[in-house]
Amino acid sequence: MMDFINEYLPVVIKLAYFVAAILFITGLRRMSKPGTARGGIVWAGIGMLLATVVTFLLPDMHNMVLILAALASSTVLAWVSGRKVAMTDMPQMVALYNGMGGGSAAFIGMIALFNGMDHVTACEAGVSLNAHDCISGVTLWFALAGVLIGGVSLTGSMIAFGKLQGWIDKRYAFPGQQVFNAVVALITIGLAMYLTVDMNPTVIWLFFGLSLVLGLLMTLPIGGADMPVVISLYNAFTGLAVSFEGFVLQNEAMIIAGMLVGAAGTLLTKLMAKAMNRKLTAVLFKTLGAGSGDAIAGDMKEIEAQDAAIQMAFADRVIIVPGYGMAVAQAQHKLWEMTEMLLDRGVDVKFAIHPVAGRMPGHMNVLLAEAGVPYDLIEDMEDINSQFHQTDVALVIGANDVVNPVAKTDPQSPIYGMPILHVDEAKNSIVIKRGKGTGFAGIQNALFFADNNRMLYGDAQDAIGRLIQGLKAL
Amino acid sequence: MIDGFIALYIFTLAAILGFEIISKVPVVLHTPLMSGSNFIHGIVLVGAMIALGHADTTLEKTFGFIAVFLGAGNAAGGYVVTERMLEMFKPRVKKTDDNNEGDQS
Repeated sequence: MMDFINEYLPVVIKLAYFVAAILFITGLRRMSKPGTARGGIVWAGIGMLLATVVTFLLPDMHNMVLILAALASSTVLAWVSGRKVAMTDMPQMVALYNGMGGGSAAFIGMIALFNGMDHVTACEAGVSLNAHDCISGVTLWFALAGVLIGGVSLTGSMIAFGKLQGWIDKRYAFPGQQVFNAVVALITIGLAMYLTVDMNPTVIWLFFGLSLVLGLLMTLPIGGADMPVVISLYNAFTGLAVSFEGFVLQNEAMIIAGMLVGAAGTLLTKLMAKAMNRKLTAVLFKTLGAGSGDAIAGDMKEIEAQDAAIQMAFADRVIIVPGYGMAVAQAQHKLWEMTEMLLDRGVDVKFAIHPVAGRMPGHMNVLLAEAGVPYDLIEDMEDINSQFHQTDVALVIGANDVVNPVAKTDPQSPIYGMPILHVDEAKNSIVIKRGKGTGFAGIQNALFFADNNRMLYGDAQDAIGRLIQGLKAL
Repeated sequence: MIDGFIALYIFTLAAILGFEIISKVPVVLHTPLMSGSNFIHGIVLVGAMIALGHADTTLEKTFGFIAVFLGAGNAAGGYVVTERMLEMFKPRVKKTDDNNEGDQS
């Protein structure tokens, strides 16, 4: 009986990893289509469960108590935090969990390095008992690459998390930073090359440390507005690191799933950068200039909520442009309440979504859907931009750079050429904004100074509440 | 054993597949998809379990424990967040049937 198990168990486990890989691929495919997206995550989830369970059955596994303790505690923590967090904070949670994955891959690589170092003499003499104790050639390269990329992803994602969470609100940049970063990167790669010749523990530590530092250095100078692109990039990094460490451990499921994400993540990053009209190289190596804040002639003109409500109630067409300000204020439910009042009055209301409104592409769609806004009221930028000139009132809620006409008119502006929503073409516009400051990118917005624009100051939730009061009073 | 060249084939095919799947995705799905792919690389958990399962020295065990902890967080957190995002994509019948938020007429 035992012989039977010993003979077939490895095959069953390999088969389970194979099935898991297929489930991941199918899951990702389904997630890429709106109709089947919800089922997709369940397919992938079943794959993950299967792969995790069979791993316990692998022969020669010890430290079971440690494995279970780490697995259980982290799963509970992540599950609860993921459940509790507000929809608006999802982007930084993705960054956090992604960094954890990158870190995990890096530590797997570190174990392989130290284990290989411990057995290096025995392996060279050809007397080692376990194949996995020896590390050499291609395997060593992959282990090192995984530590480097995973380490960068770990600290880089944590910085991205901190920035989106509002814990780190500054860009830390100094002159010659790119050169400095490049030197650090080269030294790190140099250390990796040294390790392929001589497995020295001090060098391993130094290499790991510098990988982590590199992630910090790369991410700190990048402005918050570019964080979605950065998170997506680190997502691809983690995928690669996982794939490489999968090769080290000879685990096909890790190799396939990791590389799948590596490629998908890279393409997603490109698509996001394109939607923001930013080149990836510019995101990483050029910081968005806070300069060029040329003073714009004119004043910002304030409006009372009551007047704004009347303007909208008697308009034929209203377009609502939600932005990050709506997300932070959790104003989507109130906004839909207000929209329904307008719809009941026979006003034609549409929502215009800029591809990168909020902190991530698709962020606004998710929030509006949460509040119950039907799909047919939500329009993409390409479809709605031609309609602004026939619109009576465009209501901008906490969006800034994506409606800044400077992107069309001022070649000097850092956001010049970025596709924007043509709110400036509407007959009137109302901007709900917390204060008079510049936007996320730190650029003055010409829309706010336009003659037909009015500012409604206040937190989005509160301002929309006042608009609702205004509508009720009519 | 998967040697270097077999690995190269697997890497390449998986990469092509990844590109292919993402190439025609509506913008609405970008964030959920990033989150979903973030979950999928949570498979690193399996690697971390194998690494800790074979760890001998205290250092290796410490690294292994951290790796499993981080990997499990990636997998569990990635799943929950993605599922919550995609919950918003359930088909809506009629706008009057499901407005449990703004329920004034």
